[in-house]
Amino acid sequence: MTMSALIIDISLWGSVLVLGIIAFRRGRVVVVSAAREGAMDFINIVPRIALGVIGSGYIAAVIPPEIITGWLGPDSGWLGVLTAVIAGGLTPGGPVVGFSIGAVALKVGGGSPQVIAYVVAWALFAFQRLILWEIPFMPARFVWFRAAVSVPFPFLAAALAMAIGKP
Amino acid sequence: MKQPAPADDSPEAEAVPRRKRKPVGWSMIFIAVLVAVSATLVYRRDGIDGVLKILTHDLWLFGEILPRVLAGCLLGAFITEILPHEKVSRSLGPNSGLKGLLIGTAFGAILPGGPFTAYPVAAALLTVGADFGATIAMVVSWTLIGYGRAVAWELPILGTDFTLWRIVISLPIPVLAGALGRFVYVRMYPKGEPS
Repeated sequence: MTMSALIIDISLWGSVLVLGIIAFRRGRVVVVSAAREGAMDFINIVPRIALGVIGSGYIAAVIPPEIITGWLGPDSGWLGVLTAVIAGGLTPGGPVVGFSIGAVALKVGGGSPQVIAYVVAWALFAFQRLILWEIPFMPARFVWFRAAVSVPFPFLAAALAMAIGKP
Repeated sequence: MKQPAPADDSPEAEAVPRRKRKPVGWSMIFIAVLVAVSATLVYRRDGIDGVLKILTHDLWLFGEILPRVLAGCLLGAFITEILPHEKVSRSLGPNSGLKGLLIGTAFGAILPGGPFTAYPVAAALLTVGADFGATIAMVVSWTLIGYGRAVAWELPILGTDFTLWRIVISLPIPVLAGALGRFVYVRMYPKGEPS
């Protein structure tokens, strides 16, 4: 985990450096003004991120993962898919929680299409990521629009999974 | 030290389009209310100790995330500055067709880092002329077929077979979501985006 964090940090700051050098070759003024703009964005966004990060712990604490796991029982069929999609959106916490719940569901007999629908819905709508990351950085109207437009796709993924069959 | 940025940015006459900084909108108010209600529920269940325990943990997390958020903001700002805007609006704009959606998808799939890069970069693309459709394709592609999260978390937890299967099934989704986004957008805002 620390290893992947290190890789993320290196690739992240590496990209910043590369783009910074490209900007610098356009002239000092370009770098300075871009860096200033980035720093202002940062100052502007910190309170929002703070609210999201500090708040999501409380939200996660009132929605224990066990509740979500219970929703992902072996109920197959489209009702199971619908429950899985709702569960995906309501799952608190980061990727470990989301994928672990999917793994548990597979172990206790959840159908693959339902688990696919869960993972895809989690990736598209997990409310905590929307709140913590997407809304602070993106125009709110874009975020709601994006989420609304994404609604059919966990169902499509489940349908494809049913059509293609298990791996 | 600079003082905190006011909500209304001083207008500067520059060629580079500036992202509008958002005032506190109802989304943030909604989140604040949700947090307040949740914190109260935790307090009533676990007492002040429970509240403080979560607070310490989350403050720690916040400190860890902060430098990455700065890097993401700088990345977004540099992209806004460097990318040629006519080119971006030609290849990712409303009239970019399937090609624009495919470019957005490819870009989302190869983007390194986590949410602290994906969203600032997506916001930067919107600023320099990408439309909602291409940006949706990019964000959805990052979240569904981007390798970062799949390699770091999904493979170890859900296994290779499931992960690959899930990604193959997800392949068409970014382009379809972007296309649906465009389809709905031109009908919702026939005269272009309201500001």
